Amino acid sequence: MKKIIFGIAFIIFFSFLIVSAVNMRTFGEPTISEMDDYFIENAQSETGANNVVTSIVFDYRGFDTLGEATVLFTAVVGIVALFRGGKK
Amino acid sequence: MIGNLPYIAVAIFIGLGIYTLMFKKNLIKIAIGVCLIENGVNLFLITLGYKKGAIAPIYTQAPSGQAMVLPTPQALTLTSIVIGIATTALILSVAMMIYKHYGTLDTDQVRRLRG
Amino acid sequence: MKEMSRIVKTVTNFVYGFIIIFGFYIIAHGHLTPGGGFQGGAVVGSAFALLLVSYGSLNSNKFLKKDIFSLFENFGLTLFIVLGFSGLGITFFYNFLANSGSWFGDAAVIGINPGDMNTGGVIPLMNIAVGLEVLSAFGVILLTMARGAEFTKKKENS
Repeated sequence: MKKIIFGIAFIIFFSFLIVSAVNMRTFGEPTISEMDDYFIENAQSETGANNVVTSIVFDYRGFDTLGEATVLFTAVVGIVALFRGGKK
Repeated sequence: MIGNLPYIAVAIFIGLGIYTLMFKKNLIKIAIGVCLIENGVNLFLITLGYKKGAIAPIYTQAPSGQAMVLPTPQALTLTSIVIGIATTALILSVAMMIYKHYGTLDTDQVRRLRG
Repeated sequence: MKEMSRIVKTVTNFVYGFIIIFGFYIIAHGHLTPGGGFQGGAVVGSAFALLLVSYGSLNSNKFLKKDIFSLFENFGLTLFIVLGFSGLGITFFYNFLANSGSWFGDAAVIGINPGDMNTGGVIPLMNIAVGLEVLSAFGVILLTMARGAEFTKKKENS
């Protein structure tokens, strides 16, 4: 009985996903791109690096990289703390 | 409809991940389902920023006279991949501690035994 | 986990040095070619996974120590935060070394060019800091989970 309700809910949810994937805008034509045009034009003169993606990750959006380094550090601390309780 | 094939692939990824989360009982298979959903979302972020006939956004020895792909979704996907690593490592460690304490990895029996 | 056969150990001895050097190449050239700190750190982390799998977790405690990896991870994150604070005259995370003429301070040629290593400002230093942190995080995670799996298997056999 529970399996039948789960099955019907899953089929409804999956049909939502497929219908929205077919009706999205065409692949390869982004509509709003003014921020990225500014990044491509001015990244070499302001930061001096050839790689636009690296200059976005470390210079224009450095706060996100700081948050991500902290998340990785916290995960390592959590794993070491989980495996510590066996020594007496 | 055949031009939207990357978006249909993303929908199949997320659908398979939700199927594994709902219908399987082993803890390792549930961890694989979480990993599948995360990778499907990363693929969706990258395919949103594509321009037709454009090259990678790097100026070192690039072929001249072509447009460049949008670079911002690629920067956000880097962060998301690293967070996916942290989540998968933590869920596998918790599964190992549950096996050490209860002796089984079946979610029905882990719920019934108390202490 | 048990160690693998002699053929696997011989090939590992030959190959793991090249993988580590390739990973450091990707970290160091992060401002010119595709790559950077996170990608290069993952490549070096996979070299440590190769060593751990082919020698077994009991033997690899002789040359992969957890304390040194933990020390390098703390050093990498501290270096990243210090580089963020040192541009504090104008704002947090300001690129104070770009186009200035000192260390890593040349101005890049606008347009398509073969890359010059001396450009980039504070970005190559941040690449090295984040790369150190990611490779040490991989080492600590792999060694801790391998040693925890030993204790679990011992309890199952007893």
